[in-house]
Amino acid sequence: MLSSRTITVLLRLWQALPVLFGVIVVTFLLTRALPGDPAVYFAGPAADAESIAEIRKSLGLDKSLPQQFLIYLDDLSRGDLGQSLSTGQSVLADLTTRLPASLELTFAALLLSTMIAIPLGILAALNPGHLIDHACRLLVTMGVSLPTFFTGLVLVFFFYYLLGWAPSPIGRLDFAYLPPPHVTGFYTIDALLAGDPETAWAAAAQVFLPAVTLALFTLAPIARMTRAAMIQALSSEYIRTARAAGLSSRKVILTYALGNAMLPVVTTLGMVFSFTLGANVLVEKVFAWPGIGSYAVEALVVSDYAAVQGFVLSMAILFVLLNLFVDIVYTLIDPRIGSAT
Amino acid sequence: MTEIKPSRRGLLKGAGALALSAPMLPMLKVLPASAAKADTAVVVIGQTINSLDIHRKGTNRPSYQIAVNCYDRLVSFGTKTLADGSLSYDYSTLKPDLAENWSTTEDGKSIIFKLRANAVFWDGSPVTAEDVKWSLDRAVSLGGFPAVQMKAGSLIKPEQFVVIDEKTFKIDLIRPSKLTLPDLAVPVPMIINSKLAKKNATAKDPWATEYLHRNPAGSGAYKVARWDPGQQLVYERNDKWTSGPLPGVKRVIVREVPSGSTRRALLERKDVDLSFGISDKDAIELASKDGLKVTATPIENCIYCLGVNLKFDAFKDKKVRQAIAYAVPYEEIFKAAAYGNGVKMWGGASTKPADTSWPQPFPYSTDLDKAKALLSETAFKDGFEVPLAINQSLSSWMEPTALLIQESLAKIGIKATIEKIPGANWRTAALVEKRLPLHLENFGGWLNYPDYYFFWAYIKGHLFNSSNYDNPEVKALVDETLHMEIDNPDYAPKVKRLIEIAFDDVPRIPLWQPTLSSGMTSDLEGYEFWFHRQLDARKFKKA
Repeated sequence: MLSSRTITVLLRLWQALPVLFGVIVVTFLLTRALPGDPAVYFAGPAADAESIAEIRKSLGLDKSLPQQFLIYLDDLSRGDLGQSLSTGQSVLADLTTRLPASLELTFAALLLSTMIAIPLGILAALNPGHLIDHACRLLVTMGVSLPTFFTGLVLVFFFYYLLGWAPSPIGRLDFAYLPPPHVTGFYTIDALLAGDPETAWAAAAQVFLPAVTLALFTLAPIARMTRAAMIQALSSEYIRTARAAGLSSRKVILTYALGNAMLPVVTTLGMVFSFTLGANVLVEKVFAWPGIGSYAVEALVVSDYAAVQGFVLSMAILFVLLNLFVDIVYTLIDPRIGSAT
Repeated sequence: MTEIKPSRRGLLKGAGALALSAPMLPMLKVLPASAAKADTAVVVIGQTINSLDIHRKGTNRPSYQIAVNCYDRLVSFGTKTLADGSLSYDYSTLKPDLAENWSTTEDGKSIIFKLRANAVFWDGSPVTAEDVKWSLDRAVSLGGFPAVQMKAGSLIKPEQFVVIDEKTFKIDLIRPSKLTLPDLAVPVPMIINSKLAKKNATAKDPWATEYLHRNPAGSGAYKVARWDPGQQLVYERNDKWTSGPLPGVKRVIVREVPSGSTRRALLERKDVDLSFGISDKDAIELASKDGLKVTATPIENCIYCLGVNLKFDAFKDKKVRQAIAYAVPYEEIFKAAAYGNGVKMWGGASTKPADTSWPQPFPYSTDLDKAKALLSETAFKDGFEVPLAINQSLSSWMEPTALLIQESLAKIGIKATIEKIPGANWRTAALVEKRLPLHLENFGGWLNYPDYYFFWAYIKGHLFNSSNYDNPEVKALVDETLHMEIDNPDYAPKVKRLIEIAFDDVPRIPLWQPTLSSGMTSDLEGYEFWFHRQLDARKFKKA
């Protein structure tokens, strides 16, 4: 017998299938609706009509839309996401190198961000209207209102250019190092797995500044949500009861209030994670980070259909999994939720 | 930062390090312990290399550097030292590359090349006439840009390429042309190791495009030691190179760093040796920094200009075009958009060109009264509205230029509205459909002859004639001069006439001749400008 939680998970995955199919159809149509003709673009500026026609044929763009779609579905079913013209690699290869790079950066940023934002939010909630609350508000407002490329450049300017503390902002590893053997795609973890702490340290040093940049940007939603949820929790009756029962304020705040306040915070984290993953294009540019955001933007600009489709599809799958993960975390935080779905 | 971490690292790494990128390459798996700063040069570029094969469909410009650094051609251009002490290729001299000498047959219908006896590919196999034939066949057969470029040199079909014996090769000419030999020195007709390539060809892919895309097989100065697409490319010196003196550095690391500000910071900290292709603003500002030098080379046969499309009613009248040419605020544009980094293309002394040099300043300068006067002689004296199109991908110079033109045209009653066109659509709109009434254009010809520029940009239906200019006299003159040797007594007068017509008719209003600027540390020597505007590391040397 499957446990009710397993059934919930399977049900959720099954429900995701039509969503994914919808995503496939919509991205296919949207990429075709983009202005610009990839055959012309990739034929190069000096190409003549004949060579453009050749390229159109080799891209399969001379066929009708429904035909193209069927071919695309057929390729997909074989796990073939096509060739990206702008990078010259298969989309699958691009995604398997770039997605881990983005994930590593995003995870590092979120880890930093939650480590600062949640305590900050709790402190602000405990002292609403006091100095710490205002300081928290100031910090998060600054973080969210400074554009990330600006924060990134300022950090590079001080910590790399002036002080020389940070390593060259030149991607995932400095010149002197070679990428560790591919296991997870996260350089720090892979290097540790390979028993090479030096490379792991170098990779961690490279990720630090971009992660701080992104963390500053993501502080706001997490800190604000923690503060709001905590204030609500702290004013609820069960807290009053707990206090009346004489529980220590540490127990009241960390166990009862925070435990209940975590639900909206986890939801927010899920959302922040997803937009950070796709939206850190500018940070990627400043730090030469070979991530997925800049890949998608470059592909979009030149109407590189296969790359755009592959990106949207992989993001859609990631979102489905992420939502599932968030739901499962809910059931862990709040046992009432599990069976109700 | 270019220091290579010694010892252990090299031994530990290795297997599996490459699983991410191109597993078939005999890639650099270790950075050898002996590597010291002096024999490694680190270069940063803003764009990405998307193929190691220039013949492949969709290969972008930054990838052309592989064709130059990793492959040889039959012939190459010489090198000259410019007035500022920097090096540039010299289109006026051809020098041996893989061919040690060549001669035109008495009937003038063929050129015979004698290959260097000791030339070998990286795998040690000798370079033979078979390889040359296979490579040139490939360049004309795969279609797309390589075929178009070969055609410019009247090289159009495999039947023209004949193997005489192992070291002798013949090209049959379809017409005698001054463009044939220079066209053999551009990046496209590179010589590939055909034995190796054929081994990796398939029935579906007889030209081994999939293999050569990732695995260069040449005889050139550098091999590709490692390629991580989207991140870096590492060249390693080929110690068996015979076509020139060995490069002074053993290894060149090319890193892709998209942000210009980051590239500048890296160079200023001297963590990299060369930042290739910097902005005009950086070029001016970096030149005065200690320990750095900037090389700004005017790009031959290239002009940034304002295209005035004759499809648009008002621009059919020559006087309207001239009025616009007098209304353009050249000096302000040059300062704001190019930071004064370039060659002025306005304020020429006479309406008749003194010589055949190209590009040369046109006889216009900003004179609003003259512009108004010219406009008042036309049917459009009350002014008109016209969209001024710019390419978003090139907005760094096009946007300030367009704003200044817009402001100035308003003073003579022409209301220009700026239309931004995304990079992916620009070619279709500007060059194929040729539907942009007023637009900015940046054509430059690889082969450095004025008639070659006119061929592409002033003849009806030709790609870069985005102004739809049509003049039978220009057509006739270009037809006559395009293949004519420049020492022919008819050549100079005819080209001068072409330039004079361009002065008078102004379907293209030149703004300035742009430069290719690169910043480097003072230790790095041997940077050389090439018309293809990509990195040539073959003469690199570090002090």
